[in-house]
Amino acid sequence: MPLVEIKDLAKVFYRDSQRIPVFDGVNLEMEQGEFLSLMGPSGSGKSTLLHLLAGLDKPTAGRIVVGGADVTGMKRRQLAAWRAHHIGFVFQFYNLLPVLNAYQNVELPLLLTELTGRERREHVMTALGVVGLSDRAEHYPRQLSGGQEQRVGIARAIVSDPTILLADEPTGDLDAKSADEILTLLQRLNEEFNKTILMVTHDAHAAERAHAVMHLDKGVLSR
Amino acid sequence: MKIPIIYNIRSLKERPVSTLTTAAGMSLVVAVFVAMMALASGFHAALVKSGSPDNVLVLRKGANAEMYSGITRSTANTIAGMPFVARGADNQPLTSPEVFVVIGLNRLTGGLANLVVRGVSPRAMQVRRGIEIIDGRELRPGASEILVGEKIIDRFANTGIGETLSFGGRDWTVVGHFSAGGSAFESEIWAENEQVMPVFRGEVFQSVTFRMADPSSFDGIKQTLEDDPRLFLDVFRESEFYQNQSVILTQILNFIAVFIAGVMAIGAVFGAINTMYAAVASRAPEIAVLLTLGFKPGHVRSSFLIEAVFIALLGGILGCILALPINGLVTSTTNWNSFSEVAFAFRVTPNLLVSGLVFAVAMGFIGGFFPALKASRQPVVVALREA
Repeated sequence: MPLVEIKDLAKVFYRDSQRIPVFDGVNLEMEQGEFLSLMGPSGSGKSTLLHLLAGLDKPTAGRIVVGGADVTGMKRRQLAAWRAHHIGFVFQFYNLLPVLNAYQNVELPLLLTELTGRERREHVMTALGVVGLSDRAEHYPRQLSGGQEQRVGIARAIVSDPTILLADEPTGDLDAKSADEILTLLQRLNEEFNKTILMVTHDAHAAERAHAVMHLDKGVLSR
Repeated sequence: MKIPIIYNIRSLKERPVSTLTTAAGMSLVVAVFVAMMALASGFHAALVKSGSPDNVLVLRKGANAEMYSGITRSTANTIAGMPFVARGADNQPLTSPEVFVVIGLNRLTGGLANLVVRGVSPRAMQVRRGIEIIDGRELRPGASEILVGEKIIDRFANTGIGETLSFGGRDWTVVGHFSAGGSAFESEIWAENEQVMPVFRGEVFQSVTFRMADPSSFDGIKQTLEDDPRLFLDVFRESEFYQNQSVILTQILNFIAVFIAGVMAIGAVFGAINTMYAAVASRAPEIAVLLTLGFKPGHVRSSFLIEAVFIALLGGILGCILALPINGLVTSTTNWNSFSEVAFAFRVTPNLLVSGLVFAVAMGFIGGFFPALKASRQPVVVALREA
């Protein structure tokens, strides 16, 4: 049974009385430990697909099952709890909370668990160690480079050991060197830690780092 | 509370101007609230302190204030002879038949004020604990002498020792100043009852105050005196009598405090709403991230509510600090039962300060409620796209 199963997924946005279909009848299966990249022109619905998969938005039709749980049937409160345990989200612009330091940013998802302060500390330092920023724990986002910020973002995404990692253009705001480091880190997470990753990107070179590249264009998803 | 409070505190520090402006607005409201309540509290305390639970105050039946009462000399003597009246070291009854009159005197600052002149027995200071001559000497029997309460001294002319006040067609020499533990007696002029009586009221006292031999037997004493058809009296525990005198004005002052602070609070709450809406708008991407990480809308709502309450608490503490210097400041008002002036000190008590902080927290809660609701309900996807 695949880890992720998307069946006949459709999403339509409405602006006043105008109907804006994004995609219709999208199907996708991902196995545990798979690393897929998703490409497509702007407005094709890549991020929308990611948001639907993370339970941040509701589809117009279709079904999403992650790890045996039907995401589309969950209520908003259930989705929040489910997301805390199963989804790790990496944003294009890192989206770290500027008033919290790296340690506190990474700790955030663990505040939703039953872990003790000591256990949380161990997890956070492990995650920061994985992304190579153990020595930057006390640094605030404004004291870090873009690449470092994104690594903190990745540490935050993996700290609760989620079922799937969703990365929305994780290198989109980085220089080539930092982008390469981030892609290498994602590859390492996939290969060493068997993380399942779905990465949205505009960059063909970045997309090639995944096991497979999918294209979403004019509402059609193809490998 | 899942979102760490440090997030709110640091976010507030990131926008110090709006935080401090909002807190300052609330601090003014709290300061006014505490000051007004301190006024009511001071007045109430002054009258409550006037009465002792060990003493009984006797008035003519139906007279709810000393001003309207009349007790004959024979009734006063009958009371003094009762077994439940405490006796002094000389075995004489601790009772003070008193004459109560109101005179007009000019304030130093201008304007006429009504002051109580109380004709007391030589035992008045034994009957009432806490009365102390702070300057000069006691009254000499048979002389036109007066003692002046300490709250009158600086506010009326000719109240210094050795000076003369004219009222009731006579000149009265000031021989002493007295304190009375901050009670309303400090706003009175005392003279010997036998000197005041013929000048103002003829052969009648207005009240009799006596110390009970056994304070726990008050109910029996009250029944004995009130049931005696010869006497025609109403009997009060002295502490309760003065406390009741303060009730109406204290309630009015409290109402004014709540009303004025309430009106001001509306403005402060709108200020808080404005500040918090701005905070929610500017931090929409952060809220979206928190919701994406799995924090529930309730967590976000609590977090922003706490932030609003924190601003209000800051304002509350500032307001209390602003109000503190008025503690002990002396002002005056009219006691509506005697239509005479009562001087008293503003009284900022710990309870009042706590009330001020609770009032501030309430403002913060109301001001933060709708912005917090908006924060928790914002569409995550839209905010993420704007991030």
